[in-house]
Amino acid sequence: MKHGRRSRRQLLQMGVAVGGSLLAGQQARALETDPRKLGEPLGPYGERSPFEKAVRWRRESKTPETGSSFTPLHDSVGIVTPSALHYERHHSGIPTMDPAKHRLVIHGLVDRPLALSMAEIRRLPSVTRILALECGGNSAGEWGAATGADVQRSYGLVSGSEWTGVSLSLLLAEAGVQPRASWVIAEGADACRMMRSIPLAKALENSVLAYGQNGEAMRPAQGYPLRLINPGWEGNTNVKWLHSLKLTDQPYMARDETSKYSDLMPDGKARIFTYAMEAKSVITFPSGGQTLPARGLYELTGLAWSGRGRIERVEVTTDGGRTWVQAALQEPRLPIALTRFRLAWRFDGQDALIASRAIDETKYVQPTRAALIAARGTNSTYHYNGIKVWSVRADGTVTNVEA
Amino acid sequence: MWKLSAMLLAAAATLSAQSPRYGVGRPPTPEEIRELGSAIAPDGTGLPEGAGTVAAGRELFAAQCARCHGPTGEGDVGARLVGGQGTLRTPRPLKTVGSFWPYATTLWDYVNRAMPFDRPGLLKPPEVYAAVAYVLNLNGIIEADRVMDATSLPKVKMPNRDGFVADPRPDVRKERRRH
Repeated sequence: MKHGRRSRRQLLQMGVAVGGSLLAGQQARALETDPRKLGEPLGPYGERSPFEKAVRWRRESKTPETGSSFTPLHDSVGIVTPSALHYERHHSGIPTMDPAKHRLVIHGLVDRPLALSMAEIRRLPSVTRILALECGGNSAGEWGAATGADVQRSYGLVSGSEWTGVSLSLLLAEAGVQPRASWVIAEGADACRMMRSIPLAKALENSVLAYGQNGEAMRPAQGYPLRLINPGWEGNTNVKWLHSLKLTDQPYMARDETSKYSDLMPDGKARIFTYAMEAKSVITFPSGGQTLPARGLYELTGLAWSGRGRIERVEVTTDGGRTWVQAALQEPRLPIALTRFRLAWRFDGQDALIASRAIDETKYVQPTRAALIAARGTNSTYHYNGIKVWSVRADGTVTNVEA
Repeated sequence: MWKLSAMLLAAAATLSAQSPRYGVGRPPTPEEIRELGSAIAPDGTGLPEGAGTVAAGRELFAAQCARCHGPTGEGDVGARLVGGQGTLRTPRPLKTVGSFWPYATTLWDYVNRAMPFDRPGLLKPPEVYAAVAYVLNLNGIIEADRVMDATSLPKVKMPNRDGFVADPRPDVRKERRRH
């Protein structure tokens, strides 16, 4: 009975229409085991419940090896994204790599060039950080008119993980960085050898060479066996399948930092090396595509994060920006991590425009879409962090006002 | 005795090659450096020997590139490679090699590491020089009789070379907050 209740509620949250939920309820009963019969035997590696259907979304493509898959933020709880639902962005497919053969080579302007095995890297003192990771192109559709109808398609290129690895500064000390070095060229072992230039200052500040994600080895799609994690910086700089770090005295002006991931302004100039992801938030319930089944009290909830540090405050409006109230921030509230906010809200059957805005520890306030566009125009493509407005209609349906 | 000192010398060499504090790693082999260190700097550092002409590039492009990028780089499944100059300030900017890419070395680096899409790493350095020469010529950036090599390529001035500025963020004016 308990399982049945839970599955029906989840189906309702997924916005399944009433007729559909009856059918789904029958299917769900077929999946349940007889409560007085023995359940499944113990297994070596766990699977989620067959009742759970949350999946990533991706656009159909002629070249499925390149593209993005979006995290179902509306199905998320807490601040950590299951590794299997972490967003992905690939440029030439996901390589299958044997960690026993993998080598990281640190070379260029160093006193002692090093080739390191995974076993050697895992032997070193480790660090663990819970961090938000966001694609530089997340919510790109919001600049124009081509955004997604729901929170997954419009904001789903962000995920939260616990990453474990070695401080890059530790390995750079081992290699002996020469005084002339000011950049680190990071290269991955995917087919296209994705490459980015990282300022040495960032590498020494807090970059991590991660091998672990959420308590186990990271997934192949996330860079197994080794990934460069640059806390707070656009996802593309977090080079996956890392096999080379070259210390240089100049940025290498890679394709993915000049022609891509640079922000074109109205004057025709493009901003380059716009690494940090600024404070951003989005309401995940109620959000586009969902339906409030009746009037009444709901817990409005969502996620906030900032590449520049801790979320200090999240404010929510339910009247289109006329008034704002402070939402509760759920612990833990960690720097550069997803932070969950909550607010009790009574839906009284009237049209409502709901939105959240995040304020981070630098006192930066998440801007409105209008303010962002006033500053940067609509051709910028990357680093969109405008306030997201959802429209709740009198009948309880929720839509993306920009879609 | 000779054997022992040789062993000691070898051990010392190994130790000095390892990292000082944790004693991890070994010196990479020259092959590893070559294989992993193929990144090309905008000043041309890292460009290998070899050369390619626009004419050779035209043939190579037809064989290897046109099926995704169109016969003259107009784009299809693959990105459009030509045109767009003068569009960056318009409501519909067209960002191509010719209109947007600031360095010709980036084109060499990217073609070398990532193209063709389904067979990256296929092209030999002279072929990469040739493909790059042809795409630059398609964009009117170099003449049809030019040869691209490690000396000439970094000297090519791309039309949008001065089109990039540093990150000025936070840049959005704070609005007066209403409660």
